[in-house]
Amino acid sequence: MAVGMGALLCGAIAWSRLPLFGALGRAAVVLPFSLAFAAVCWVAGDASRGVHLAVKSYLSALAVLLVVSTTGLPNLLRGLGALGAPRFLLMVVKFLYRYLFVISEEAQHMAKAALSRGATAAGVMGRPARFRAAAGALAVLFARSHGRATEIHRAMLARGFQGQFPASRALDFGGADAALAIVGSLVPVAVRFAVERFR
Amino acid sequence: MPPLIEVRNLHYRYEDGTVALRGVDFRLEAGESVALLGANGSGKTTFAMHLNGLLGAEGRDHGGSVTVCGMPVERSNLAAIRRKIGMVFQDSDSQLFMPTVLEDVTFGPLNLGLSPEAATERAITALERVGMRAAASRAPYHLSAGEKRRVAIAGILAMDPEILVLDEPTTFLDPPSRRSLAELLQNLPQAKILVTHDISFARSICTRAVFFLNGAVTATGSIGDVVERLEWGFTPARNPPGR
Repeated sequence: MAVGMGALLCGAIAWSRLPLFGALGRAAVVLPFSLAFAAVCWVAGDASRGVHLAVKSYLSALAVLLVVSTTGLPNLLRGLGALGAPRFLLMVVKFLYRYLFVISEEAQHMAKAALSRGATAAGVMGRPARFRAAAGALAVLFARSHGRATEIHRAMLARGFQGQFPASRALDFGGADAALAIVGSLVPVAVRFAVERFR
Repeated sequence: MPPLIEVRNLHYRYEDGTVALRGVDFRLEAGESVALLGANGSGKTTFAMHLNGLLGAEGRDHGGSVTVCGMPVERSNLAAIRRKIGMVFQDSDSQLFMPTVLEDVTFGPLNLGLSPEAATERAITALERVGMRAAASRAPYHLSAGEKRRVAIAGILAMDPEILVLDEPTTFLDPPSRRSLAELLQNLPQAKILVTHDISFARSICTRAVFFLNGAVTATGSIGDVVERLEWGFTPARNPPGR
């Protein structure tokens, strides 16, 4: 069954024109955690459960990777909203997604400014001085982020925000979506059926 | 006809004790465009933020009165006042906070209580008006400074305000973007308040200027008069001969 599901996911990854081996490697990021739990199961005398746990978590990670790589975050969040995920949580993710780049760009500007004034990772400054400089830069970045958060809040107030995020337009559910949902549900059932039949 | 905005003897002090406004009087008539000029820290932006209650609406550290379209700026009127005044901030990155352009422009109309469909329709009309319809599904982060400014203006236009307040609208813009922004603003029928250092830009949009100095209005009149009287225009010094 696991092999069938793995093959199905690999097929979907290849069909989506994603790098297959890159995706397989990235999904392995969950293995250190799941293998730890698998080891506990093995020590407890239930080795097969441990194997199931590791395989299931790896395949789940692969499926998540496939969804995240093929769906833009705005649509993904709207989909999660339609499925009933807490709106506040989704809004936090939206803001994070929007401003992560802005803050990282500010950090890069600060790093460039430091480099242009002769700072290097192994520069003439001693380690404590470098640590102090890095801590200072981090503090400035935090202060700038706080200032930006204040500005964003003002911009929201200026456009009528009263503490509740308004509901946006629902996602359209067309024929292609229905076809994908049907195929996506039937194929795993078919795989399971085939595995059970020929075992 | 009553003025769109009337400010009388406005005072404001920040929490750290800095006095930002000292007895400002101001009027904006329907259809008028006014430039707020003055040095950095002279109180222009603080003044602009009083107009839609971003500062001063709580009554603390604040004196005088601000009236917009006949309504005093106070907590109970803020929702109605923010329908009347659209504010475009200096840093567009702070104004465009949603993941896509279209979602950002619909934010204001949705807050006004419009249905998602009506808000989307308004947003698309506003984007068409500023020439950014094609960018509707793009992320604001990937736009140029001029495009971000246009989208920020669309976000305000989608709320159908009577007054536009633009804080340093030419910041980060190259000359072609400045020119196209000037053309866009010239064609918008709303009354406008421009907080700016950019005299040539202000001249292209506004008929009147108000000059701020240390939190007080020290001159008012036509832009040409104010600039000349206060020597606020920029004339580059010539290199001495022989260099």
